[in-house]
Amino acid sequence: MPFNVPIGPQHPALKEPISLRMTLEGEVIKDADIRLGYNHRGIEKLAEQKTYIQNLYLTERICGICSHSHTTCFTQGVEKLMELEPSKRGLYIRTLVAELERVHSHLLWLGLAGHEAGFDTFFMYTWRDREVVMDILEIISGNRVHYSINTFGGSRRDIDDLQKQKILGSLEFLKTRTQYYLNIGTTEPSFLARIAGVGKLPKETAIALCAVGPTARASGVPRDVRRDDPYAVYAELPFEVCTADSCDVLGRVVVRVKELFESYKMIEYLLKNLPPGEIKVRAPRRVKEGEVVSRYEAPRGENLYYIKSNGTDKPERLKVRAPTLANYAATIEMLKNGFVADIPLIFAAIDPCICCAERMVELVDYRTGESKTVLMSSLSNRPFSGRETRFGKQFSSQALSLKKEVAWPF
Amino acid sequence: MAVLKPILYLLVYPGLLFLFIYSTFCEWFDRKVYARLQNRIGPLHTGRSGILQPIADFIKLMAKEDIVPEKADKVMFSALPVFALAIVSTAALYLPLWHYSSDTITFNSFPGDLIVVVYLLSLITLILFLAGWHSTNLFSMIGGVRVLTMLFGYEIPFLLALLSPAILANSWRLAQIAQFYQKHPLLLLPNIIGFFVALISLQAKLERVPFDIPHAETEIVGGTFTEYSGKKLAFFRLLSDIEMVVGAGLIAVVFMAGFPGGLILGLINFIIKTLIIIFLLTAIRAACARIRIDQMVNFSWRYLAPLSVLQLLIVIFLKGILR
Repeated sequence: MPFNVPIGPQHPALKEPISLRMTLEGEVIKDADIRLGYNHRGIEKLAEQKTYIQNLYLTERICGICSHSHTTCFTQGVEKLMELEPSKRGLYIRTLVAELERVHSHLLWLGLAGHEAGFDTFFMYTWRDREVVMDILEIISGNRVHYSINTFGGSRRDIDDLQKQKILGSLEFLKTRTQYYLNIGTTEPSFLARIAGVGKLPKETAIALCAVGPTARASGVPRDVRRDDPYAVYAELPFEVCTADSCDVLGRVVVRVKELFESYKMIEYLLKNLPPGEIKVRAPRRVKEGEVVSRYEAPRGENLYYIKSNGTDKPERLKVRAPTLANYAATIEMLKNGFVADIPLIFAAIDPCICCAERMVELVDYRTGESKTVLMSSLSNRPFSGRETRFGKQFSSQALSLKKEVAWPF
Repeated sequence: MAVLKPILYLLVYPGLLFLFIYSTFCEWFDRKVYARLQNRIGPLHTGRSGILQPIADFIKLMAKEDIVPEKADKVMFSALPVFALAIVSTAALYLPLWHYSSDTITFNSFPGDLIVVVYLLSLITLILFLAGWHSTNLFSMIGGVRVLTMLFGYEIPFLLALLSPAILANSWRLAQIAQFYQKHPLLLLPNIIGFFVALISLQAKLERVPFDIPHAETEIVGGTFTEYSGKKLAFFRLLSDIEMVVGAGLIAVVFMAGFPGGLILGLINFIIKTLIIIFLLTAIRAACARIRIDQMVNFSWRYLAPLSVLQLLIVIFLKGILR
């Protein structure tokens, strides 16, 4: 007899709120359903009220892990609208931070994969070594999470020789550690038993469902914006697109570890070939009227920004499509016919960043199934943001009626 | 004196007080070693190097709010933690530590007490299942069913592995088994396969990585203990600590010649031998990922059960040669 198991919105396997509704038969998943909207922050709306310079830092705050990806994607789009050619040295520094961010994101993911599989030692080790990358990022930008290195026309901070030497020294350490993790991840029997053959996503399905990033590459689809549509200085960089043919979680581990090595290679190249000159060129305040789509290969996959400008210093519309959103369709396919025990691993394998992907909420009446639209103006009249006197009375009556309406679905 | 001794035995050593102190110490030892193996520091603040941390945790949990789910069977839900603690403390009394005589039969040492200890230890598994089942939470129920499924995997290898040294010693009485191996320490060596089978089965019985399937937190939240809180959860946590001590003690008696040397030396023997076993258990815990329930049952029937049968065969042949 099939029965439902709610994973989330609050669950130890999930680092952010999302609702996965599983239909099980015994320990086997027959169907899965993903419900979003628990972490909506209204960033797109907020962006319309802020200037481009302010949005540079706002978009950075869409994500805590791939923060640089979001702001770079935005910067590139705006630079295209401004018809601005950024300085070479600035682009190099921007790319350097991007690759360092990829290293820290992939190391973080490796640890999480270990944790989801109950391999906490692996988790502790990778996260300890991730601190090295965080320190490098701090050397460059002064920050550990939101680097604020981008500005229109280049970057905000320069790198000197001392910093270069420090970074190159740390890279050697990271390389040896990554080799060690590659060995563990692909040979430790109990870990291998959990990840090999789990969460199958065949190549055709990956293409049909538009999977992006390491998820697609692990299914043998060599899809990488850095090579397909080079931005920044990727056209000059030596790197290969890493793929795996196993189409499972093991493949996703292997792809990410291989990408770490590619990133080390790129970081070394960037540091050794850093061109002289200014780090930025002057950018205008106002942006010409027009629209643009900007693509960027974030650690989790293709990040896509649509920016529409109306000639003022504020964007008319900003649309963000984070890589996690593109991978949700593939995730449901991966979960089907898996075991309950594999849910956290399969879901974690796409490296979900839930708050990145939350772009809208839909209010659905639980009993009738009707969805309704709430206007900004009616939101500001709601008792939650209203005056004290009205607040108490309305809220309590509403809470009472809510208690009757809500039925526990299981 | 004749009355006082059993009372001391039940309440102080190796009864409740000693068990409480020693099992919390073992939890600290386990946590500290686990942390050091993971390049962490581990408990640090309560007491010297955090040695009092498990006791502090216990007291804190005792003071926390105790919630019983509305739909749960209230009597069973509340009684099970107490039962479990009572059963595991009873099992501890059979370890030949003090106040027993190998010549006469006493209440804590008699032929067949090996089976009694194994029985009491498997009773705890049943209680964990019932606790999960009576919580009426989906995750608890899945956890409870997993507890039982695992039982079918490890229980038979565990029993067979413990029986082979007993057969070699020609006794099913823990005190006599220990005495036999104290006289013939070289005969401990043929039991080495059984030792490792018992160790891994014990790890599964204690539900620790790689066998922490019934309460795998990333999959089914708290598993069996999802709905438990406050005092009841504190009891269950103490239960798993004491179970670890009893399990390690049982293996030490059967495979490591017990605890000779009377009151003081026996205690030192007990502590050293159980800590060695707990260290091995912790090392397994640090080196593995959690396996799936089907992989666990597969593993025990493909490797553990045949190995324990092999151990039995070795012992039977050896017995024929020695005679």
